[in-house]
Amino acid sequence: MAKVLVYTEVHDGNAKSVTLEILGKLAGQEIDVACIGDISDGGITALAEHGAGNIHKINGAGLEKYSPEGYSKAIKTIIDKGGYDYVFAGSTSLGKDLFPRLAGMFDAGMATEVTNFLFEGDNFNGTRPLFAGKVLAKVEIQGPKPHFVTVRPNALGMPESKTAGAGKVNEESVDIGEIRAAIKEIVKGASEKVDLTEANIIISGGRAMKNAENFKILNECAEVIGATVGASRAAVDSGFAPHAMQVGQTGKTVAPSLYIACGISGAIQHLAGMRTSKVIVAINTDPDAPIFTKADYGIVGDLFKIVPILTEEFKKIM
Amino acid sequence: MNIFVCVKQVPDTETKVTPNSDGTFIETSSIKWIMNPYDEFAVEQALLLKTANAGSTVTVARVGSVQDTEALRTALAMGADEAILVEGDDNLDSYMISKALKGAIEKSGKTPDIIFTGKQAIDDDCLQVPQLLAQMLDMPSVSVVVGFEGDDKKATLKREVEGGALEVYEVTTPVLVACNKGLNTPRYASLPGIMKAKRKPLQNLSLGDVGVSGDDRRVKYSNFQLPPEKPPGKKFDAMDEAKQAEIVAEVVGLLRNEAKVI
Repeated sequence: MAKVLVYTEVHDGNAKSVTLEILGKLAGQEIDVACIGDISDGGITALAEHGAGNIHKINGAGLEKYSPEGYSKAIKTIIDKGGYDYVFAGSTSLGKDLFPRLAGMFDAGMATEVTNFLFEGDNFNGTRPLFAGKVLAKVEIQGPKPHFVTVRPNALGMPESKTAGAGKVNEESVDIGEIRAAIKEIVKGASEKVDLTEANIIISGGRAMKNAENFKILNECAEVIGATVGASRAAVDSGFAPHAMQVGQTGKTVAPSLYIACGISGAIQHLAGMRTSKVIVAINTDPDAPIFTKADYGIVGDLFKIVPILTEEFKKIM
Repeated sequence: MNIFVCVKQVPDTETKVTPNSDGTFIETSSIKWIMNPYDEFAVEQALLLKTANAGSTVTVARVGSVQDTEALRTALAMGADEAILVEGDDNLDSYMISKALKGAIEKSGKTPDIIFTGKQAIDDDCLQVPQLLAQMLDMPSVSVVVGFEGDDKKATLKREVEGGALEVYEVTTPVLVACNKGLNTPRYASLPGIMKAKRKPLQNLSLGDVGVSGDDRRVKYSNFQLPPEKPPGKKFDAMDEAKQAEIVAEVVGLLRNEAKVI
């Protein structure tokens, strides 16, 4: 049995859902959880139900806001005391920034953004996409312990059965010292929606959207089904949408349950970024567009006609 | 200022990638190589900072194979002053590359005031080298940077996170900045720039020269394979307006009852 620490981000008092996905997959290992910030009693219960043995709540001056240096020093304290074999986190904006630095503190290896994994005895064996998902490979980590792993949100799925852990809370005060790169302020984004990388449903527009204003028909549809709106590189490069909305090899790699591609032809670098979506719907006037080769349901038609009808149909059943 | 840029050479985004025969990497024999797209923003930001701070030099470093040196030649042609190439395979892991870059920077004899990198390389998509290199050099780092205002002493950096929100960092140099699309508009190399680049100093080092050996490998890959192909889906012709309502209703029905995603 491997001894594993899972670092979780806390959002509105609860652990992020990717943490629960990871805990479910780790069933059978000795699992502790570490978090920074105020987690609610309900959040602690959920972690315990999903298998957390000890739950380390870390506090200290300077930890009110994220900083790569502060957070990595704080989590290192827990790792040093616990003697872990593996340390896991979700591959979120924060996880991607924090974990390489943390791994560097131990001269240790790290597997980025795995989409599946299992343990063979005490050894981690993961699967991860490379080249934006154009290929998959088996990944193993060697060298000094602990080994670090980040997991793509939505990839593992929620566990079907839960194995509860003790859920013993341990309050840990740490002194992180001087922070050289600190957040002065946070400017909210245009979208309050779930980020593309964590979205369950995405509706994306391509060059055929013609301009930025036309994205409102996607926004209206997204509103009805709780989707996040994305865009192709062609749409971003044409100035219809900001880069934060770009799906593809030079944008975001996404894996929602449902991906609706509107007026996207399906360039190889776009397909790479969305092909692992569970179900793909494509709407395009060109019956030979490459996007149709990846679509579960293809509609050959004009998006400006089809999308409003789609929105109305969704309204009937939602 | 001593400005450094770390670049990687990657297959063009339109490349059809195939696993090699023993499944340990991809087939690299007929690939068109380009500078990693995010690194172009790093080179451009370095050049802008050099222009604003007279007497500065821009040193560009790369670790990788020599079957093509497109990335370094492009950076020099854009205006970087000198280049360092650490020769190694194209499938080194993030730890080896970071350690090699650290060695190359130390070998240059210059103490970096600022290091620019891309936010990620679009080949192995590991997003580790910027933070790892900063940790190895005991430097702060800010990643996914879309805004840079600063001089030789301090900088205000905007880091993009989920939902397009921005974290605004205040840092003093030395610092490592990992750049995202949107930070600037990279310049094209001019013809005189390309001619001049041929005479700029390029230092060649081996992995051994920068203290990296096979024992430094931390991540091992095997079983490279193409993702499973999906079975062909259902396609509906809705060019005829009279049929559109019926077809869309059918697709929505399938999403609910067959795919069960709505």
